[in-house]
Amino acid sequence: MADTGLLSRRGFIVGTGATGLTIGILASCSPSATEPDAPDYSDLPPNPEVNAWVHIDHDDTVTIRIARSEMGQGTLTGLAQLVADELDADWDKVTTEYPTPGQNLARERVWRDFSTGGSQGIRGSQDYVREGAAAAKAMLIEAAANEWGVPASECTSADSIITHASSGQTTTYGKVANAAAQLAPPLEVAVKDPSEWKIIGQPKKRLDTAEKLVGKQVYGADVQLDGMLNASIKQAPKIGASLKSFDAAAVESMPGVKKVVSLRNPFGEGENAVAVIADTWWRANQALNALPVEWEGGVDFSTAEFEAELDDGLTAEDAFVGNAGGDVAGAFENAAQVIEATYNMPFQNHACMEPMNTTALYTEDKCEIWCPTQNGEAALAAVSEASGLPIEQCEVYKIHLGGGFGRRGAPDYVQQAVMLAMEMPGTPVKLLWSREEDMIHGFFHPTTKGRVRGALDADGNLTGLHLRISGQSILAALIPQALRDGVDYATFQGLLPSGVDPRLEDQTMKYTFDNFLIDHAMRNPPVRPGFWRGVNLNQNAIYLECFMDELAFAAGRDPLEFRMAHLKDSPEAAAVLQAVADRSGWGQDDGIARGLCVMHGFGAYVAACAEVTVSDDGALKIDRIIAATDPGHAVNPQQIEAQVEGSFVYGLSAMLYGEITFENGEVQEQNFDTFNSMRIAAMPEVETIITPPQKPPDGIMIVSTSGIAAIRMELKGLSSMGSLRCSMVKSRLKMARSR
Amino acid sequence: MATLKVNGETVTVEVEDDTPLLWVIREQLGLTGTKYGCGIAQCGTCTVHVDGFAIRSCTYPVGALSGEEEITTIEGLSDDASHPVQEAWAELDIPQCGYCQPGMIMAVAGMLNNNPNPTDEDIDAEITNICRCGTLARVRKGIKRAVEKS
Repeated sequence: MADTGLLSRRGFIVGTGATGLTIGILASCSPSATEPDAPDYSDLPPNPEVNAWVHIDHDDTVTIRIARSEMGQGTLTGLAQLVADELDADWDKVTTEYPTPGQNLARERVWRDFSTGGSQGIRGSQDYVREGAAAAKAMLIEAAANEWGVPASECTSADSIITHASSGQTTTYGKVANAAAQLAPPLEVAVKDPSEWKIIGQPKKRLDTAEKLVGKQVYGADVQLDGMLNASIKQAPKIGASLKSFDAAAVESMPGVKKVVSLRNPFGEGENAVAVIADTWWRANQALNALPVEWEGGVDFSTAEFEAELDDGLTAEDAFVGNAGGDVAGAFENAAQVIEATYNMPFQNHACMEPMNTTALYTEDKCEIWCPTQNGEAALAAVSEASGLPIEQCEVYKIHLGGGFGRRGAPDYVQQAVMLAMEMPGTPVKLLWSREEDMIHGFFHPTTKGRVRGALDADGNLTGLHLRISGQSILAALIPQALRDGVDYATFQGLLPSGVDPRLEDQTMKYTFDNFLIDHAMRNPPVRPGFWRGVNLNQNAIYLECFMDELAFAAGRDPLEFRMAHLKDSPEAAAVLQAVADRSGWGQDDGIARGLCVMHGFGAYVAACAEVTVSDDGALKIDRIIAATDPGHAVNPQQIEAQVEGSFVYGLSAMLYGEITFENGEVQEQNFDTFNSMRIAAMPEVETIITPPQKPPDGIMIVSTSGIAAIRMELKGLSSMGSLRCSMVKSRLKMARSR
Repeated sequence: MATLKVNGETVTVEVEDDTPLLWVIREQLGLTGTKYGCGIAQCGTCTVHVDGFAIRSCTYPVGALSGEEEITTIEGLSDDASHPVQEAWAELDIPQCGYCQPGMIMAVAGMLNNNPNPTDEDIDAEITNICRCGTLARVRKGIKRAVEKS
C-alpha cells in the first residue's frame, strides 16, 4: 500500500481532545500552530476547564464547547461568537469542540439540549451560553484580582487580557485559567447589552472553512478506525414489507465479504433489511447488489391514487380549524367576485449530500458510535436501545454533518449500525447507505394540497378568505402525543393566531383579515413523513402568497399595495416587504416581471421579490431574487446571507424538479438523475437585506445562522408567479408580463 | 491489482478492475477528501483530475487507467490551500456543510486548467455539481474571484 502521507489520519479519533477531557472529536481546526518564539508550556499540566462552556489553555487558546450540531448552517460559528463576545475573548484564538451526549448525561445535562432543528440552535440556547460565558469571565477576572490583591470590580477584560488600570498590571486568560477553575461560579451574572457587543453581529468568517477546502474535514462517511469493516444495507423497498429470505451463500465467497446478515426493523416488527459486511464498502455494496433477496407483504401505496384522497380533503365537511375570524360564509354570500385556486406540494426527500451513515463499536460492556446526527442525545438513547446496554455504557461521538435539513434527527441508521456492530463484537463497523437507500428510505416532506377561495367586493377589497389544507400531518405520524384534540397545529406554521401554543408563537400569521378560515383536512398516507428544511411553512407560504397575487390581479390592484392593506397590524412584516419592493424597483415600468411574497415563521419576518423572464420557447429563468429578513439580532450577517442564498437553492430545487412518487408502495425516484437538484446554471442572483432589529433588547430573538432560520422564504420568492409546479408558474408569468 | 499515480506518488493497490477510482482513492489510499454522493456521475462530489481534466471518479473503473495518468485529488491540489480556487473559496467563505466542496473545487479547478477565463455560459455548462446547502450563488462569485487570482 502506498504511503501517501494521509494514511496516518487513520486512528484520528482519539479519546482525548484538546482539553484533556474525553472529548470525541475536535469540531473545528485549532488555531495556527505554535509560533517560533512562543513559550513552551509542555511541562505544565493542562489547565482544567473554567466551566462547562469554556476551556482556556496556557497559550490562551480558548476552546468553546458547542452542544448543537454543525451541518452547514453555521451554528458552530454563531454560538462561538456568542460565547467569545460575552467572554471578552480574543477571537483569533478561539476554537471549538463538541462535548459528547454521554458527558452531558454524566454531568446532569450541563450543556442542556443537543438537538439541532427548528431554527433552535442559536435561538434556543443563546441565553444560557452567554450566561455561561459571562460566568467564566467573572471567574477569570476574580482569579486575576485575587493574585494582585485588588478588587475584581477594578479589573477590566478585553481580547483575553485582564487589566488593573490603576496598578498597571495585566495578565492573560491562559495564565489565570487554572486559578479561575478553582473558584466557585458566581451566583448571578449579567450579560452584555447588545450595544456592547463586539463579536456578535460581525460578519466573521466561519471557524470550520479551512479544513473543508483541502479535504481534511472528516464527515461520518470518512471515519476510519483501526481494523474497521464496512457495511452496505438494503431495506425492504416497499412500504411496510418484511424480509422473506436471502441466500447468503451466493455472495459469501465474493472478494472481501466477511458476513451477510439480516436486521430487524428499528421501528416495527420482524426483519426488514439485509446487509453485507466486508473489508471495504465497495465490496460490501457489490456483494449486496448480487445477493438474492425476497421480500413479502407491504402496502400498495400509490401517489397517483392518493391524489383522490387529497382532493376529497379539499372539500370535505370536517376539518380542523387552525385560525379563523369574522363571518366567512357571509362574506362569500355577499361577494361581488369569488376567486379560487388549488396548489400542491409533492413528497420531497431531504437528499443530504452525505448519505446516512454511522460507525459503531460494540463489546459486551460498551457501545460507542461515531455519528453525524442532529440529535446527539436521541442517538445515545438509540444506541442503548439497540445494544441492550445501559445508557451509561454507551457513547456518541458527534461528527460534522454532510447536510441535515431535518433528516438526521431520526435514529434509524444509528440503530442499524449498532445491530451490525453487534454481529462483530470488538470490531468497528461503518454502515454507509447507498444513495439509492437514502432516497428510498427517507422521512419525506409530506404531500398536501391547498385550496384557497377569496371573496372580493365591488371595490376590489378582500372581504373573505378560506384556505383549506388537505394532506399529511407530520406530528400524527412521528409525535402523536403532540397533537391536541387531534389537531396538528404545526400544520399551520405561519398561519396561526397568537395564543394557540407558546411553542408556536413564532409561527403566527401577520396579515389581518376581517373574515377568514384556515383549516386542515388531515389525510395521512402510509408514508413516513419528516421535518424538512422549513417544514410546513414552505407550502403554506405558497398557498397563501400565490393566492394573494391571484386576488390582487382579480381586483385589478397592485400586489404590493394589496398586501400592505392587510399588514397594517404588523410593521415588521410591512417593513421587510417594503424593503424588497424598494430594492427591486417594484412598480417601475422597466419590462421586468416581478413577484412578491411576505411571511413570518420561526420568529423571523421575511419577504422576497423575484425577477424572472420567460423565453420565447417558454423556458423559465429566475434572474434575481431580493430577499429581506428581520431575524431580531443578527449574530453573523454574512452567514445569514449564505443561509438565505442556500434556502433558495433548496426550495427552488423542490419547486422546479423535486418530487418523490410511489407506485405499488415503492419510491420511484432513487437517485439524482430522477430527483434532480438545482445546478448553477439555474441559480439566480440573490441580494439579501437584513433589516435592523425592531425588538427591544429584552425581547431579542436570535435566529441568525441557526439552520432553518432564513429558509422560510425559500419557495416564497416565486410564490406570486402562481404555483408550485413549473408549468403553472409559466402561465402566471405570461400574465404578469402582459400587465 | 492496479498501479496508479496519485498526487505525484505511484501506488499499487489490490482491487478488482471494475472498482471505481473513487473507492480506490477513499478505501485503498485513505484519501477521504473525495466524496461519495450518488455513484452515477450525477452530483460531482467525487470529482478528481486525470491529467488535469475534471472527471467523476465514482463511475470511472480503475481498470481503465494505464498507470501513467496523473491523478490529482483535493489533497493534492496544493500543499497549503494556496490554489487560486481554494483562496477564492476561503475569501468568500463558500462552504456550508462542505461535503460537496472538494468536488466543487476540483470541478472548477479542472475547468480553469483548460479554460482560464470562462464566461457565465461556460460556467453554466461545465459546473454541474450539486450542492444541497445551496452555495451556488457564492460558487459563481468564487469562480470569478479565482480567475482574477490566476
